[in-house]
Amino acid sequence: MEALVIVAHGSHLNAGSSTPTFDHADTIRATGAFDEVREGFWKEEPSFREVLRTVESDEVYVVPLFISEGYFTEEVIPRELRLDDWDPETWDSDGTSATHATLEATDVDKTVHYCGPVGTHEAMSDVIVQRAESVTGDPDVGEGFGLAVVGHGTERNENSAKAIEYHADRIGEMDRFDEVKALFMDEDPEVDDVTDFFESDDIVVVPLFVADGYHTQEDIPEDMGLTDDYRTGWDTPTEVDGHRIWYSGAVGTEPLMADVVLERAADAGADVAAAVERVREETGGAGATGD
Amino acid sequence: MNAAQVDSAQVEALAEAAADGIEFDGFAAEAEGDGYVLATEAGSKRVVHGDALDDAAAEYAPYVTNWYFWHAEAPQAEDRWAYLRWLERADDERVPDRYDALEAGTTREWGQLRVTVTVDEAGTRRYELRHVDDADAAPADLTDHDDPLDARQLAKHDDRDRYRPLKTAPTLQTGWRFADLGPGELVRAVESFYPATVANWHREREGELDISHWRETIGRQSGIYGVVRTWDRGEGHEHVDWVAEACCVDSQCVKRREWQYDEETDLDVDGGDGEFPCREPCSVVIAAARRWTKLEGEQSRTYEFELTPSEKEQIEDIVDAVADGRTEEIREADVYEGANRYRARFLRAKRFDDDGNLSGVSTDPEEAEGGADADGSSADEDEAAEEASDD
Ligand code: SF4
Repeated sequence: MEALVIVAHGSHLNAGSSTPTFDHADTIRATGAFDEVREGFWKEEPSFREVLRTVESDEVYVVPLFISEGYFTEEVIPRELRLDDWDPETWDSDGTSATHATLEATDVDKTVHYCGPVGTHEAMSDVIVQRAESVTGDPDVGEGFGLAVVGHGTERNENSAKAIEYHADRIGEMDRFDEVKALFMDEDPEVDDVTDFFESDDIVVVPLFVADGYHTQEDIPEDMGLTDDYRTGWDTPTEVDGHRIWYSGAVGTEPLMADVVLERAADAGADVAAAVERVREETGGAGATGD
Repeated sequence: MNAAQVDSAQVEALAEAAADGIEFDGFAAEAEGDGYVLATEAGSKRVVHGDALDDAAAEYAPYVTNWYFWHAEAPQAEDRWAYLRWLERADDERVPDRYDALEAGTTREWGQLRVTVTVDEAGTRRYELRHVDDADAAPADLTDHDDPLDARQLAKHDDRDRYRPLKTAPTLQTGWRFADLGPGELVRAVESFYPATVANWHREREGELDISHWRETIGRQSGIYGVVRTWDRGEGHEHVDWVAEACCVDSQCVKRREWQYDEETDLDVDGGDGEFPCREPCSVVIAAARRWTKLEGEQSRTYEFELTPSEKEQIEDIVDAVADGRTEEIREADVYEGANRYRARFLRAKRFDDDGNLSGVSTDPEEAEGGADADGSSADEDEAAEEASDD
């Protein structure tokens, strides 16, 4: 038997944090590609420590629903899953190129295919584009539009900035939007000054976050000037300094994210080609070419 | 007498399995020559010719359907199988008595869950799941669910729609029912309400529960939680007793705390009577401990306050009411309760100065502004920062 375990941060404070994880798990579960699909969390239950014992399968694909490589993917998750032979070198990554490693968990008799985070998979670029389509309601959005991909800077995690730049570059190469920029929360170019960096009248802003929470729903909207008080909400688009800002909220809530989770498992050897097809079709990613 | 009936698929399966011999729940069957020997623990025994197996199986219908259910229909994973058998008290009751009980419904409680098992005439078990407090509720008053994964949503909020970060807090919402689940679905629903409890309960029964005590768990922490290590100062475990009393007792968590200070040193607080064990401090406890590590780094001071005896008691009442989660219950006009809102507002009006200092005594006499918590960050910010962290 084969299981897929999606591991995510979760929250002690915010009930919605786990929702994207559950949604993507449900999408994949419905394809029947795995005998079991489970969700595990750092701050919720089942915890990373105990999630593997909740599956019966002896072959488990673990996909982190995290944006970048770093503290969680390299230290916390492998430690808590008890992948004792783990060493970050196993991934041999430049910060965005981790694919997978095959290991044993010491508290259960299972083989674990430990995958790189969803955020650095190339298919994530398509999800960002699709997020732009969703928020503008225009499946052909691009011409006349600028796109800002937003994340943390290097202050806390050097790889976080790398992941943002990686996707901004890839989307730029698609020649679809007039301008594509990587913006950051804690360093230049800063998201606070978003309108300074674009000529286009319309700017789609997509934060590269897994779930909506403090940053995507409070910090960023206020910093960009969409609203003075996040509690009163904002319009989409909102006019700021003569530009229209189309703010999408966390990219991780986009249904096509389920495709990236599957791609991660596929790269680690899971036989999920049919499921990939089906998920792309269902989540509007049929036209997107991930490869 | 119960109405169990053996169908042809069951007879076929019985014939096949009898070739290797069956011994299960007080029933035995084996092939002998071109016939079979069927026997029960009650002493009944029949030797039948191959053709007559149907009739003989029909005579032992409860045993045969029981054997079939547990081998062909129930999930075979050891922990799930054991749990489902525990639900119908399979280890305590012989098949005929068990079947009699199942016909009316055998009920067991698991935390705040109430599971009722019934059996149909083919031996198939069905499971009804609801909140223990809804034991006597009319089905019409409960919202029916059939997808076991709905439990994930039901587990998220309590009856007052507040988020429940701890799944095993005794605040599970009421008003719902899973009327008719199969065995695999039942386990899935239970595991969605209380994740990993079936696996850990089973490990404990097998004598294999991998407990990770306080010292070990704290020692493993890194990032923003690494600081909790500094709270253990080699001066005993009273602080951990307080943590357990604050978070882990039955009134706060339906798990039975099995973790202690360390392998040799038990905490002084009782672990509770929960059906299933807690094998290590959970993330809610670790996050709270991080805060306490900081707060407990402060030294005690002597303050002098002017209070009437009733005011001193009122402050104690307020702490008790908050700690026991009773503030909502205290009625608006019940001014006999110290934690009543009007009473608290009166106390504040009388005893707090403009800076919010009790009896005008500033928190830090050396500093101009007293009373404020110097640490400006919120739990939300801490969580968001941690998620982005690489420290
Ligand atoms: S650590 Fe305490 S509060 Fe947390 S799950 Fe265990 S018993 Fe419950």
